[in-house]
Amino acid sequence: MARTQPQIDTSPKVSDQVRKTTCYMCACRCGIDVHLKAGKVAYIEGNRDHPINKGVLCAKGSAGILQHNAPSRLRAPLRRTGPRGSGEFEEISWDEALKTAVSWLKPIRETAPEKLAFFTGRDQSQSFTSFWAQQFGTPNYAAHGGFCSVNMATAGIYTMGGAFWEFGAADWDHTKLFMLFGVAEDHDSNPIKMGLGRLKERGAKVIGVNPIRTGYNAIADEWVGITPGTDGLFILALVHELLKAGQIDLDYLSRYTNAPVLLNSDAKSPDFGLFLRDEDGTPLVIDRNTGKPAAFDQPGIRPDLAGRHRHAGVTHRPVMHLIAERYLDPSYSPDAVETRCGIPAARIRRIAAELAQTAFGEPVILDRPWTDFRGEHHAQMIGRPVSFHAMRGVSAHSNGFQTARALHVLQILLGSVETPGGFRFKPPYPKPATAHPKPHCKTTANAPLDGPHLGFVQGPEDLALKEDGTPARIDKAFTWENPMSSHGLMHMVISNAHAGDPYRIDTLFLYMANMAWNSSMNTRGVMEMLTDTQEDGTYKIPHILYSDAYSSEMVAYADLILPDTTYLERHDCISLLDRPISEPDAAADAIRWPVVEPDRDVRGFQSVLCDLGHRLALPGFTNADGTATYADYADYIINHMRKPGIGPLVGFRMGDTGLKNGRGEPNAAQIDSYIANGGFFTMHVPEEASYFKPWNTAYQDWAVSMGFYDKPEPYLFQLYVEPLRKFQLAALGHGDRQPPDHLRGRIQLTFDPLPIWYPPLSDGHEDPVEFPVHALTQRPMAMYHSWGSQNAWLRQIHGHNPLYLPTKLMVRHRLKDGDWVRVTSSHGEITVPCAHMAALNENTVWTWNAIGKRKGAWALDKDAPEATKGFLLNHLIHELLPPKGDGLRWANSDPITGQAAWFDLRVKIEKSVAPDESQPVTSPQASPVPAAPKSLRWKVGL
Amino acid sequence: MTDLPKSTTRKLGLVIDLDTCVGCHACVISCKGWNTENDGAPLSDQDPYGADPSGTFLNRVHSYEVQPDTGPAQLVHFPKSCLHCENAPCVTVCPTGASYKRVEDGIVLVNEKDCIGCGLCAWACPYGARELDAAAGVMKKCTLCVDRIYNENLPEEDRTPACVRTCPSNARHFGDFSDPESHVSQLVRDRGGMDLMPEQGTLPVNKYLPPRPKDDWADSSVLAPFLTPVADEPRGFLGWLDKALDKI
Repeated sequence: MARTQPQIDTSPKVSDQVRKTTCYMCACRCGIDVHLKAGKVAYIEGNRDHPINKGVLCAKGSAGILQHNAPSRLRAPLRRTGPRGSGEFEEISWDEALKTAVSWLKPIRETAPEKLAFFTGRDQSQSFTSFWAQQFGTPNYAAHGGFCSVNMATAGIYTMGGAFWEFGAADWDHTKLFMLFGVAEDHDSNPIKMGLGRLKERGAKVIGVNPIRTGYNAIADEWVGITPGTDGLFILALVHELLKAGQIDLDYLSRYTNAPVLLNSDAKSPDFGLFLRDEDGTPLVIDRNTGKPAAFDQPGIRPDLAGRHRHAGVTHRPVMHLIAERYLDPSYSPDAVETRCGIPAARIRRIAAELAQTAFGEPVILDRPWTDFRGEHHAQMIGRPVSFHAMRGVSAHSNGFQTARALHVLQILLGSVETPGGFRFKPPYPKPATAHPKPHCKTTANAPLDGPHLGFVQGPEDLALKEDGTPARIDKAFTWENPMSSHGLMHMVISNAHAGDPYRIDTLFLYMANMAWNSSMNTRGVMEMLTDTQEDGTYKIPHILYSDAYSSEMVAYADLILPDTTYLERHDCISLLDRPISEPDAAADAIRWPVVEPDRDVRGFQSVLCDLGHRLALPGFTNADGTATYADYADYIINHMRKPGIGPLVGFRMGDTGLKNGRGEPNAAQIDSYIANGGFFTMHVPEEASYFKPWNTAYQDWAVSMGFYDKPEPYLFQLYVEPLRKFQLAALGHGDRQPPDHLRGRIQLTFDPLPIWYPPLSDGHEDPVEFPVHALTQRPMAMYHSWGSQNAWLRQIHGHNPLYLPTKLMVRHRLKDGDWVRVTSSHGEITVPCAHMAALNENTVWTWNAIGKRKGAWALDKDAPEATKGFLLNHLIHELLPPKGDGLRWANSDPITGQAAWFDLRVKIEKSVAPDESQPVTSPQASPVPAAPKSLRWKVGL
Repeated sequence: MTDLPKSTTRKLGLVIDLDTCVGCHACVISCKGWNTENDGAPLSDQDPYGADPSGTFLNRVHSYEVQPDTGPAQLVHFPKSCLHCENAPCVTVCPTGASYKRVEDGIVLVNEKDCIGCGLCAWACPYGARELDAAAGVMKKCTLCVDRIYNENLPEEDRTPACVRTCPSNARHFGDFSDPESHVSQLVRDRGGMDLMPEQGTLPVNKYLPPRPKDDWADSSVLAPFLTPVADEPRGFLGWLDKALDKI
C-alpha cells in the first residue's frame, strides 16, 4: 500500500488549569502539578520547581489520579451496626457523628484524660495532632514512628543531631563513594533515586549492603549480601580496620566531636563513665596548648585526644581512649565477624580500604571561607567524600539503635558528616537531643497535659513514670522497658489496652493506621483483641474511633468512622515544626490545598479535630467567649502561633514593614501566597553556612533568624552518648530512680554509651537452629504500604507477593516457582506460594510488604489475588517475645527505643501441598462502599 | 502491506540506561496517565479491581535475573516500549495503512481511524511492544508522546516524552539520533549503546546502555597501603595518636 501520512494535531490543549500542591501517595511529599479539565483531575506530573523532586515523580505519584477516584473512598460518617470486625455500618450525619464522639470524649477529659489513647499513624500533621492531644490532656499520643524507623531517628539525634531522610542527605554533587545499608526504598524515594542518578552520571561508586538485591541494590556497583541483623558487626569491623590503620580524621574528631571530652575512669565512683564538667556544666577537654582542662567551647583551645587528667583523685580519660580500647580488640576484626555476617574478611578489609582511600586520598576542598564557634577562621572547607544512607533495614531490629549508632560513629570517625562530599543536614537540623523537648506525661482532669508528649530523655529522671513508678503511658514509652522511645510505641497500644497493662482505657482514637492488618505485628491476635469482650458482653476496649479516607481493614473494627478526604481535596501543611521537606541547601515547607472539592460527605481530619476541639472546649481551640478559635485547619495553619512569631509556615509572614520570612506575625493571605508560589516555600542557606553547620557561626546565626533556635547552639557530635551511661549507672544501683530487677542486666548490656553489637534479642527466646531462616519484607517502590492495592494501575504492577527463596532453599526443598511452602515461626504459621530468587542472601527469604488483603477491604473483589494468594508475614511476628517462663511480657522491640523488631523474624520452611488459598484465611468483611467498576477508561477530557 | 518512508529527516527516540534504572515503574505509570488522557483512545483496564486485572500499557518494565560465571547474581531492570525501528515490520505488515512511520521524525504511529484491530502488527513486532486495547479494539503503542514533544501549549522544557520527564534516576533520555552531536548520540558512543535483538534486522532507533561491570572485588593491592597498621593494640595506638596530633 502506498505510504499515507495523516495530519495530526501535535499541539493539543493540555488542560484548562494547573494547580500545584503536595503529593501524598507516600511520605516523600513531592511537589505535583495537577492538570484539571472541566474541574476534574486529568493528569498529575512532578513540579519542576519543587525542592524535593525537581519535576520527577514516581509511579505512585503519577497514579494519584486513580487513588483520588478510588472506589474504596469512604463517602459519609459511619456508625457500626454489626459486631466489630464485620464491616457492617450505617451512614450518619456529621452532626450525629461529632455528637457521638463528644459523648465519649467529654466524660473522659473531665475525669481521667489518660483514658483516651490517640495515635495517628502515617500522619503528616504531627505538630498539629500532638497539640490537640496536649490540649485534651492525655499522655497517650504518638504517630507510627515506633513501628517504623525510630531507631534510625533516635540514634541519629542522640549521636549527631540528625539522622537520614528528612534530617539529612548525601552530598550528591561531591560524594565519590556511597554506601547504602538495608531496606531503604520506602523512604525519601525520589531524592535517593535522583541522587543515585547523579552519582552514576559522575561515575561515583555505589556499594549496597542488603540481604536482597533489588531496586537500588540492583544498580549498586558492588553488592554485599549481608546476613540480616549483623550490620552493626560489619560496621564495627570497618571501624576496627580504620582505627588500626590510623585512617580517621583526627583534626575533625578533636574539634567537633566528644572524642577529647574527659570521662570519669574510676570504676568505684558513682560518676564512673560520666563527663568531667565545669561549674556551668560544660564538658571539659585537655587543651594541648596548656595541658590543662578547659571547657570544650573555649576560643583558641586545641582539644587533646591522647592525654589523661587526674582530678579530685579520679583519673579522667578522653573518650578516644575508650574507642581505641573497644574497637582495636580482635573480637571486632573482620576475621572474627566474617562467618556471622556472611561476608568474607578480605572483602570487609577491601571496603575499609576503599573508604580510607576515598576519604583521605581524594578529599574535596572548596574555597569557601567560614568561621567556627570557637572563633577560628578557616579559609577552605575540606571534606571526606564518602557518604552513607540507611533506613528500615538497619532500624527494624532489636539491635537497631546500636547499629544505627555504629553507622553514625563510622561516618564521624571518617570526618564525613557536614563536610563536602559527605552527609549534610537539612534545616532545621542539625539539632542535638538537648535542644529537643523532654517527654511530658502529667495529667489533670479538665486541663491540658503539662507539656509535649514526645522528646529526648537525658537520664532516668526524664522517664514517663507515675509517682508509684508504673508507666504513665499506655504504650509504656519512656519506661525502663524502652527508655528512649522518642516516637512512642503505637504497635503496643492495642495489646496493652487489651491486657489492661499498665491500665485500662476507654476510647481508642486512631487516624490513618491499618492496625487491624498490615501495621500490626500478630495481626490475628490484634483482631481478636479488638473484638474481645468482658463478662458483661461489652468490648474490652470500649470505644474505637477511627478516621481514614479509604475502606481499609481497620475501618471494620471501629465503632464510629470520621471519613477523611483524599489528598487533593484538603488543606495540609508540611511544617518545619514537624517533618520538614528541606534540602541541605534550603529550608522548605509546603501546603496542600483543595485543588478539587470533595464529591462525598467527607471532611479533612484536621478540620474535624478543630471542630471537636471546640466542641470539647479545649484550650487552644476555644476562645474566651466560647467561640471556636479556628474555623478549620486552613485557619489554624495561618493563625496558630507556637511561640511569638513562630507558626506552622515560615514563608510570607507579616513584619512591621510588610511581608517577611522566618519569624513574623500571621498573614491572612499566607496560603494564597503559597499557592501562587507553587505550593511551597524555600529559604536558601547562605553559601558560607552550607557545611559544618553545627559549628559554623554563619549557619547558627541564620538558624536563629529563621526561628529554628532562640540562640546559637553549637554542640559536639556524641561518639559517646552520656544519657545511655546514666541508664547503665541506674541499672548498677546508682541514683533514686531504679529499674525493676529483671531489666537490670539487659540495661547494663544494651545501654552501652559506645556502639556495640549484640544478637537480636529474639535469638535468646527461640532456637536459631530450629528456625534457621531469616524472613524479611520490603516495600515495593510503586506501592505505599496497604494503599497501593486499591489503585487499579499500581495493582497491575504488584498484585502478587510470592515468598522469594534463595537457590539453596529451593534446591534443598525441591521447589519450583509457584509451589507452596509452609513457613513457621515460634509464633505462627502461614502457607504461601513461593518463587526463586538467586540474588539473595542464602539464609534469607522475603516478600513484598502489605500486598495481602482481607476479603472485602479496599473495594477489591473477594477473589482478588491480594485476598486469595497474597499474605502477610505479620502473622508470624508477635508483639511480644515467646514467654521465658518468668511470667513477664517481653516486648519484641529494641530495648532502648522500643522500635518494633520486625526484621528479627526467624522461620523454618517446608514444602506444602497447594491449599485453595494462602493460609491462614481471614473471614471476609462487609464493604461499606459500593462495588467497584468492571472496566476503566479513565479519560476526563473530550 | 504498508510502505515505510525511504528515509526520515530526523530519527527521534530514547536511550534507556540499564546501569541506572532501578525498576521503579515511574515511567510506566506516567505514560499510562498521559496517554490515557490524551492522544487517541484511552488506555483501558479490564477487571481493574478483580481477580485478574489487565490493561493496556505502552511501556512496561521487566526484571531479569542474571547469574554470571563468577560473582553474585544480578538483577537487571529492563523498560520496554516501541523502539521506532527504521525497518519497522509492524508498519509493513499493516493491511490498512493505519500503521505508519513519520517522514519528518521517524516516529511510528497508528492512525486509530484506519486500524481494524487485526493484531497483525503486534504479531510482527519482535519486541512485543504493541498492545491491542480491549475496550477500543484498536492497536495502541508508544507515540514518543508526539502530542507533547512539539506541543506549543507546554513550556519548552516539558516538550519531552512523559516517561523521560518523570524518570527519577535519569535513566531515560530523548533526542535525535540523526544528529551525531545530540545528547543521545553521545551517550550511545560513550557508553556502548546497543540495539535490541539486532539479528531481527529491524534497525531500532531506541538504544540501550548496558549495565557497567559489577562486583569487581578483584585485585586490591593498590589499596593495601591504606590499611597499613599504625598500631595493633590501644597503647601503641594512643602513642601514634599523640604524635599524629602534633603534626596537625
